Amino acid sequence: MAEKYLMKGNEALAEAAIRAGIDGYFGYPITPQSEVLEYFSKWLPRKGIAYVQAESEVSAINMVYGAGACGKRVMTSTSSPGFSLMQEGVSYIACAQIPCVLVNVQRGGPGLGTIQPSQGDYFQAVKGGGHGDYRLIVLTPNSVQEQADMVYKAFDLSEKYLNPVLILSDGALGQMMETVEFKEDYVRPEFDDSWATTGKMTNRGMNTITSLYIKPEDMEKKNFELQAKYKIIEENEVDYELCHMDDAEIGYIAYGLSSRIVKKAVDIAREQGIKVGLIRPKTVWPFPKDVIKKYSEQVKAYLSIEMSVGQMIEDVKLAIDCKIPVEHYGKTGGIVLSTEEIIEKTKDMLNKY
Amino acid sequence: MAETITKNGQEFDVVWKKPNLQKNDMHYCPGCAHGTLEKLLQEVIDEKGIQHQIIGVSPVGCAVFAYDYMNCDMQEAAHGRACALATGIKRVMPEHAVFTIQGDGDLASIGLAETLHACNRGESIIILFYNNAIYGMTGGQMAPTTLPGQITSSSPDGRDPKLSGMPLKVANIVKEFDGTCYVTRQAANNAVNARKLKKAIEKAVDNSLNNRGTSFIELVGNCPSGWKLTPVESYKWWEENMLKYYPLGDLKTEGGIK
Ligand SMILES: Cc1ncc(C[n+]2csc(CCOP(=O)(O)OP(=O)(O)O)c2C)c(N)n1
Repeated sequence: MAEKYLMKGNEALAEAAIRAGIDGYFGYPITPQSEVLEYFSKWLPRKGIAYVQAESEVSAINMVYGAGACGKRVMTSTSSPGFSLMQEGVSYIACAQIPCVLVNVQRGGPGLGTIQPSQGDYFQAVKGGGHGDYRLIVLTPNSVQEQADMVYKAFDLSEKYLNPVLILSDGALGQMMETVEFKEDYVRPEFDDSWATTGKMTNRGMNTITSLYIKPEDMEKKNFELQAKYKIIEENEVDYELCHMDDAEIGYIAYGLSSRIVKKAVDIAREQGIKVGLIRPKTVWPFPKDVIKKYSEQVKAYLSIEMSVGQMIEDVKLAIDCKIPVEHYGKTGGIVLSTEEIIEKTKDMLNKY
Repeated sequence: MAETITKNGQEFDVVWKKPNLQKNDMHYCPGCAHGTLEKLLQEVIDEKGIQHQIIGVSPVGCAVFAYDYMNCDMQEAAHGRACALATGIKRVMPEHAVFTIQGDGDLASIGLAETLHACNRGESIIILFYNNAIYGMTGGQMAPTTLPGQITSSSPDGRDPKLSGMPLKVANIVKEFDGTCYVTRQAANNAVNARKLKKAIEKAVDNSLNNRGTSFIELVGNCPSGWKLTPVESYKWWEENMLKYYPLGDLKTEGGIK
């Protein structure tokens, strides 16, 4: 059996990345994410692995571009205001199709906001925070264990699809300590880096990594290429967890930290004889539309639960073409959800629908 | 021993070989020195035989199309971010030489932070700074390097230092950093200067391959289109104004973080 460690979510992310064979990390301090950077600052230089505390998030993401385009396993991490600064680079990386892992340990916003946990960056993560028609694969852990597991998965997916993968975490998951085990049997999947800038050998043409397509026809072609890739990702990489959905009358939908609180609410409600269940997206892009659609035939209504004023709810409504009622319950500003309020809201909904 | 070729039964010494650039037509305006820089760089790459061991970065600005001419692996960067890309590349490919080609808007304005920090960290990269005192690609607006009184499309009455400060001498700033091992100002306005520029590139490539620190070559250049001058007039303006404000020569030949 693998050894168990007691670790912060942020540390688990970094440790998993080291075990997954990271070749370089580039970051900038920001609460509540700084432990990721600090952990790497301790271990990467000792192991002779590239590590730079960059002068800004703008630089960090562009260092990721440069190193990732050499076919190396690279990563950056930040929290909300820092991820906003990175958006230009993320758009370039998505277009240039450079594999890399990004982490946003969300805090409350907008603006400088608060250092408390939040899920207010959902739109930015799944709708494209930068310019142009692009998508990130977005993984949403809800425990320290998953903070670790999803790092391996993120690297693998980014290399499989030559696409940046975002781990969308939050300040609570980053800061809390839980036990965690690291995979002992992880093997990095085979990876073809023949496209990368590794120095032009005589047996191949020159490799150019670019997002510049001046001719309209070329730009359109590139966009169609990207969209075709995104379609394949949507067909193959949706991930979710179901909890008591079999006979649920009200379906909760929640991801990340919220989903843990909602699970508790499901247990309490079930004890009171209220039939509720949870669909928990583990990827918010691609979004688990099909399963949400499937259960819309069964439940009376959905309650979308997020630590925001209501962002994911739009995707829930789209998934079911607004065929059944969907309501939102949420908190912002770093205030955590209350199970009592969730159950009260559920009772209201059962009366209404 | 000198390389020879045989033509019509007669043997000749090779004194100059066309650089192994890609076969694309250059888009640079008539009289622009950008092409000279890239030709010289490719000559150095060819002569040293390091095509497999060099990676370039070309950011937004007229340098962006360098990857259509240079014959080596290249990355295109967002405006101002070339030194960050180059840092990322060099850190994971320490055996390779890494260069950037950047305009003055790119390097001295939007990318000043990336540039100064790369130099201060002593990244063993080659920064080729094409200073034409103007934003060329976007049609000739004022840059941080525009000379006092110089008329541009966004300083129609001439750059007023009271409004916009004095032209930034980036080479003078980065020479102060321990991280830089070579800081020089060169031009390509005549054959003699072009040869000196090539020597500077050779030295910088050596520094990068041997991880000695940052090499910063400012090419004091021209921009006939941006300056709204004919190629010939632009050479005159270049020599009379640019080279006066940005005097040529080495500012530093040794350094780097030990
Ligand atoms: C973020 C961003 N801002 C602005 C631009 C528009 N832009 C393209 S080229 C350029 C000027 C580049 O000037 P310089 O770096 O001096 O290079 P030159 O064209 O003179 O060689 C600008 C502002 C851009 N592409 N990206």
